[in-house]
Amino acid sequence: METPLRTRALLAVLLLLAVLFPLAAPNSYYIYVMSLAYIMGLSAVGLNLILGYTGQLNLAHAGFMAVGAYTVGILTVDHGVPFWIAFALSGVVAGALGFLAGIVSLRLKTHYFVIFTLCVGFILYLVIEKFEWLTHGTVGVIGIPAPPSIGPISFETPVAQYYLVLVFLCAALWVMHRIVRSLLGRAFVAIRNSEDLAEALGVNLMRTKVLAFVLSTVYAGLAGGLYAGFVRFLGPSIALESHTFELVTFILVGGIGTLFGPVLGALVLTWVTQSLQFLQDFRMIVFGPMLILLVMYFPQGLIGFVNERRARRAAEAARARRERTAQDNRQRNGEARVNA
Amino acid sequence: MNIFFQQLLNGLTLGSVYSLVALGLTLVYGILHIPNFAHGALYMVGAYISFYVVGSLGGNYWVAMAASAAAVAVLAVLSERLVFHRLRNAPPLHDMIAAIGLLLFLEAVIQAIWGADFRRLSSPYPQIVRAFDLTAPAQRLMIIAAAFGLMIGLHLFLKRTILGSTIIAMAQNREGAALVGIDATRVSMLTFAISGALAAVAATLFAPINLIYPSMGHLVIMKAFVIIILGGMGSIPGAIVGAMVIGFAESFGAFYISTDYKDIIAFALLVLILSVRPQGLFTRGVR
Amino acid sequence: MLEVRNLTKTFGGLAAVRDVSTKFERGRISAIIGPNGAGKSTFFNLVSGLHKPTSGHIYFDGAEVTGLRPDQMALRGVARSFQTTHLFDKASVLDNLIVGHRLRTKSTFWDVLLNSRRLREEERACRAKAEEVLDFVGLSSIAERLAGEISQEERKRVAFALALATDPKILLLDEPAGGVNPEETAGLADLIRKMAAKGLTVCLIEHKMDMIMSLADKIIVLDHGEMIAEGPPAAVQSNPRVIEAYLGADYAAA
Repeated sequence: METPLRTRALLAVLLLLAVLFPLAAPNSYYIYVMSLAYIMGLSAVGLNLILGYTGQLNLAHAGFMAVGAYTVGILTVDHGVPFWIAFALSGVVAGALGFLAGIVSLRLKTHYFVIFTLCVGFILYLVIEKFEWLTHGTVGVIGIPAPPSIGPISFETPVAQYYLVLVFLCAALWVMHRIVRSLLGRAFVAIRNSEDLAEALGVNLMRTKVLAFVLSTVYAGLAGGLYAGFVRFLGPSIALESHTFELVTFILVGGIGTLFGPVLGALVLTWVTQSLQFLQDFRMIVFGPMLILLVMYFPQGLIGFVNERRARRAAEAARARRERTAQDNRQRNGEARVNA
Repeated sequence: MNIFFQQLLNGLTLGSVYSLVALGLTLVYGILHIPNFAHGALYMVGAYISFYVVGSLGGNYWVAMAASAAAVAVLAVLSERLVFHRLRNAPPLHDMIAAIGLLLFLEAVIQAIWGADFRRLSSPYPQIVRAFDLTAPAQRLMIIAAAFGLMIGLHLFLKRTILGSTIIAMAQNREGAALVGIDATRVSMLTFAISGALAAVAATLFAPINLIYPSMGHLVIMKAFVIIILGGMGSIPGAIVGAMVIGFAESFGAFYISTDYKDIIAFALLVLILSVRPQGLFTRGVR
Repeated sequence: MLEVRNLTKTFGGLAAVRDVSTKFERGRISAIIGPNGAGKSTFFNLVSGLHKPTSGHIYFDGAEVTGLRPDQMALRGVARSFQTTHLFDKASVLDNLIVGHRLRTKSTFWDVLLNSRRLREEERACRAKAEEVLDFVGLSSIAERLAGEISQEERKRVAFALALATDPKILLLDEPAGGVNPEETAGLADLIRKMAAKGLTVCLIEHKMDMIMSLADKIIVLDHGEMIAEGPPAAVQSNPRVIEAYLGADYAAA
């Protein structure tokens, strides 16, 4: 599928805005919040692959993100491993665990899968909390180094870190774009529509679902690794399922099963919650009903809504074109008959 | 010997509480085929209402339990009418997300009112019972007795009353039940009400020997899910048997292996069993 | 080309399909009929690999394929349509069909990451195939229409197109004319004849007797999981066991 010129222009504008943001931001706190939103958006993009495109609700996603974060934390703080190596490993470790969890859980039907992943997520949380010799338990991991310089570019300042995170987010989106536009992406969507039908079309269910699952956990792990280098301290609570619920909300608001939806949702909700800080406790009370209303009346999310309108217009345009051609043909035939 | 008996009693106590929670969950699943993630929140709200009645209103423990059961039953019915009923034609994913939304909402409300601190509900029976060289805290005996009493009552209700049989009919064959004139709406509401009441009673029974806090429902609900998957979703005997198994496994595991990891036992069991039998222990797979 | 021997499938204690043996000839149109609950869909599920047989054998093109998964059967050339076709409603009809040819491609995950030439060529091929099958079923005009907004008859044709996109040798169609009026049914029957004319073997489950009588070369009748009759339409129509199965013993005696 070709990306229309209009979309490309829009993307260029968005990228420009993102690049210019630190200059327009009032202070470094805003830059910090935005960077964190990007990291959460990255994680949500990963979750969207298994949830939005393949149709499986994996409630352990936050657990895998924690695995990635702790991989970086433990390796850098306890074993002096260089940050970038630890970061690369965060994706590998999360992906490996994801593979193990995937081959067991993806044989399960819908509801069982969701509950199973809920339990897997909780096991990950318990392991992080109880295995003190490895994870420091409830004390947490503190003093994680910031990402070290790559050549002349250092990442000590919030602005530098902002751009680092932005680069990773763009790279993550670009890879995801490749995946979902390809035949593989179509296979994922086929599974979401109907597993039986996908199988009848030659899709190897287990292999494809596990691939989607592993990819999503790699994204989660890398997001976690970024988080560790950015926030610089970790506690077991980052593995709690409430964070997965948060990511699900980002995805729903922005547009489930769309490429940019998760990021848009992360940005919108992060800034909305920020601006409603004064409401404190009432923020959380609104969250739940918002999820319910979203899922009842606006399940396709912001980008989903835009996409639908666009597809409808394209279908209308195609129909109008066809009618005009048919009319022209009728006219021509009429003329031919008259002239004959 | 006494120590072994203590663990046995512990296991029975845990199992009893778990079975009440699991029963409510499995009843709802049998009718609606959705895993109600908000069930843990109903459990938690039940505990807080009892705490409020006893603590702030000075009520009697049993009155508090009755009030709590009634209130949570109403809450459960409201959730069915306002949320699940509206989503009955949506893909299953939406049901689950809505249930999660409910869960978050209830927790947030409770936390806004009572804060996140731990609360205590004092036991109405703090005595220790002694017999045959064995000791047993009266509260635990009471929990076991009350739970079994309720389960027998539920069994009689489902099997011996017409209202109860409508629930079974609808769980077995929704369309068939509608054809013979069973009102699906009424049955759904009734089932939800029962499940809510069971959760509230379980929470009130368990509260005196545990703490009350906003996220107390998380662990319990996950174990309840493990139980109904192992016992077969929609199966009542399965829920009870599964609950007892988990209760005993936890009790003995906590004592003889380690208290720290006792919570993992239920989930480790789930991972183990589902790895070998993806359809669960007691369900007949279609494949 | 497709042969089943003593095919049996039991669920719990119930035999949904019991000891069925038959052959499907290349290029012929066969129909499976029977009262509700006779085991017709289960039979399709067994042949296409969705269920594993409890006992019995399935042979396709001479090779034993008993117990293979549906995606493996699809690779061998067994295509199957379902009573309801779940499409991605928010995408165009053509878009929905592209994945149909994927099983004939070789690109791996690395091809996807690198957007290799092989991937791009194969995607072009899948798109071309989608256009080809859409044209074959006569729906080129609605290629851009949203899949959620097409009529039931168009949906049935799209289901055929999807199955055809897999380059099959045999098509198993489950109630291809379900929910469609008589005029449209005749159109679908013509389409099925067109497929057979191309050399495809077709086997369909249907309840519409007029359609089947004029379309099928051979009819198989299932009742309570057993095959009670098989043969050309005329023979089956007058078979007393068949009449009894559908209408009861009184009619058979008459």
